[in-house]
Amino acid sequence: MKNVAVLVWAGILVATGLGICAYKVYTLGMPVKADQTTAVWTVEARIGFQAEGGPAIVDLSVPSVMPGFLKLDEHFIANRYGMAIDETGDHRKVQWVKRRAHGAETLYYRISVAPSEQTALWQDRPALPSPPAYEEPYATAIRTIINDVRQESADVFTYTRELLRQLNAPQANQNVALLRAQARSPHEWTNQVIEILKGVRIPARVLWALPLNEASNDAQMVPLLQVHNGSTWLVFNPATGDPGLPANFLPWRIGDAALYRVTGGHGINARFSVTRSHRELLDVVRRGAELKGSIFGDLSLLSLPVHSQNIYRVLLMVPLGALIVVLMRTFVGVSTFGTFMPVLIALAFRETQLLWGIALFSLIVSVGLMLRFYLERLMLLLVPRLTAILVIVVGLMLLTSLITNKLGVERTLSVALFPMVILSMTIERMSITWEESGARDAILNGLGSLLIASLSYLVMNQRDLEHLMFVFPELLLVVLGLSLLMGRYTGYRLSELRRFRNFRGEAARQ
Amino acid sequence: MSFLASPFRLRRLGVLGMNQRNADFIMRYNPRHLYPLVDDKLQTKTLALARGIAVPELYAVITEQHEGKDLARILGDHEDFVIKPSHGSGGNGILVVCGRFGNSFRKPSGDLITLTAMQHHVSNILSGMYSLGGLSDQAIIEYRVKFDPFFEHICFQGVPDIRVIVFRGVPVAAMVRLPTRASDGKANLHQGAMGIGIDLATGKSRDGVFRGLSCDIHPDTGHSTLGIAIPHWESILRLAIQCADTVGLGYLGADIVMDRDLGPLMLELNARPGLTVQVANQRGLLLNLNQIDAMPNPSGRCRRTPEAGTIPACDPCWD
Repeated sequence: MKNVAVLVWAGILVATGLGICAYKVYTLGMPVKADQTTAVWTVEARIGFQAEGGPAIVDLSVPSVMPGFLKLDEHFIANRYGMAIDETGDHRKVQWVKRRAHGAETLYYRISVAPSEQTALWQDRPALPSPPAYEEPYATAIRTIINDVRQESADVFTYTRELLRQLNAPQANQNVALLRAQARSPHEWTNQVIEILKGVRIPARVLWALPLNEASNDAQMVPLLQVHNGSTWLVFNPATGDPGLPANFLPWRIGDAALYRVTGGHGINARFSVTRSHRELLDVVRRGAELKGSIFGDLSLLSLPVHSQNIYRVLLMVPLGALIVVLMRTFVGVSTFGTFMPVLIALAFRETQLLWGIALFSLIVSVGLMLRFYLERLMLLLVPRLTAILVIVVGLMLLTSLITNKLGVERTLSVALFPMVILSMTIERMSITWEESGARDAILNGLGSLLIASLSYLVMNQRDLEHLMFVFPELLLVVLGLSLLMGRYTGYRLSELRRFRNFRGEAARQ
Repeated sequence: MSFLASPFRLRRLGVLGMNQRNADFIMRYNPRHLYPLVDDKLQTKTLALARGIAVPELYAVITEQHEGKDLARILGDHEDFVIKPSHGSGGNGILVVCGRFGNSFRKPSGDLITLTAMQHHVSNILSGMYSLGGLSDQAIIEYRVKFDPFFEHICFQGVPDIRVIVFRGVPVAAMVRLPTRASDGKANLHQGAMGIGIDLATGKSRDGVFRGLSCDIHPDTGHSTLGIAIPHWESILRLAIQCADTVGLGYLGADIVMDRDLGPLMLELNARPGLTVQVANQRGLLLNLNQIDAMPNPSGRCRRTPEAGTIPACDPCWD
């Protein structure tokens, strides 16, 4: 059965189109609306020092695993330094080396990140720590806490959470107060928690993260607690006990090793600045897709040269215009000159805007039509007559441009691209319809063409729709599927409901 | 009278819509390669002549532009003729001449047309002005049908023709198309001719349609169009069936004219007959079409066995 084949094909096409589209939206995060931007954080590490004349070596820890962030780009800026990146496990370090460094030296490391859904994980597998020998009086306090917490927990995650809850309780008991008094900084506090966790043989370490809340010229790293539950690293905020990496915290380095180290220099001055900017979401997503190795990152119309991109932006809208034509002809029953002439007129409207377009179109067609009626009396052959009309149309456009230019209207400069062949054909067809079927039909068809052209223009000029078709060209499959479906529509047209409105329908069976 | 008809009511009455006509009947039963046979009136005529189907006599064919200069010679002594494009559609480009007046020719309306204007008309036809897609065309000059005096009271100029819809060799509906003043003597409903439905079984007229509205009085002559028995009804149907068999189109509109002297003549065939026949008859086509659609070999059965009463529309059965 043909209908079944059509339904199956339409179903496959629509499902494929929407499927690819959904993958791109939900997995790659491509924006559905036009002009969507995303916040991009740029962190700059600046290390300045006075070189001592000899060899200078600068080490800097740089971000490696960044759950919740997408690295857009990364720059290492140093004047005539050799550079090496050392990546071992979850640690990543850059080392700049220069044989002879004199005077003030400044090195920069810059990274741009955008928030993303990606979930990178730390890979290091720690050894089980052995319980340390605590000193009194802390030993007793720690043992008491360890036992208390053990009662109220089941695994590494709950143990850590409970431990941090007790350690951070607003009303601290004696033991906790003793430990708290010992830690003078968040770093020391984190280390203390790690020490306690060693007592129950839970591997733990410090994760230094940079809060990206606002632009800052002197951002400070914040220590977070990481515990390993046997399969993966969990993150806790040691000061509150909240599990998980806090939002907008960029993980920078792991462990107690120095963030940076300079050999062969003094007066070291390191600063981290954070700036926030906005970037086209689409660019960020494409970068992400490329990093992920998804073909849709590379296989995008955005990778074409800009002028081809602009052509495709228009071209991809044409099927939608055609869809309007199908709708209006098959379901409504509007008659037009030529099948896709209205779409071409709509394309022409893009150059002039709608109202101007309609005005110019009507003006040129009506004047052309009048002259065409005169040509009729001269009894010219068909092709020379068409040429004559073409010349007249170009002349009319020229005249309109000149007149409106004199009047100081700027719009009409783009009229030059108003397709004159379409106009000539419209005039010719309209005049024939006029002669053969009367003015009523000619004007109705003309208005029908203009109506569909305006509708197509309105649809084809939706910025969001244009973006949608351009970013998700697979929607063409959906359009194809829909046109297949509409091709099997055998119901009535709206115009037929009107045409048969007085149908009495005497008994069809005699 | 409502603004719009309910689609469910139309469906119940079996009204055939344009979309369904195209998808379910024309595409299924009219193979594309047969279209030239009916779109090119010259081919239709040649084919019909070969099969012995009655058609208006062919006087001349003009194929080349330069032949237009010889129009006077080509026309010879014919005073009464029709010039039409071989690929015309919707009655466009047809010029009817019914007499001479000095160097001019008289149209049925009484207007005169000069030889030059006629040459221009021929030239327009040849250059494809009336053909689909503007392809170059041929001009046919043929016998002008003298309409049967029978139609005198219900016809304004021009020649009324009878449109019979034949589906798989079975006539399913028919109407007479009467030229009016508004249609300029053309028998095309679209251009303002009047249509009256004909009961296939009896050959008597019933409802009529003019300008899309129900009507049973001829707008120009004021005569009632109800209950007129069309003469030679059986031979008209026979001719229509013969045409359908000849061109092999499953869904066909045959336009037949009644000549005073020659009887029914096939004027042209149409592979995409319109839907107005339903309004003229006030009967939907779909019930009959579906019934015939369901039969394995409707035309044979209808014509050979007397049990054809099962198909309401093809009541008249012969042989």
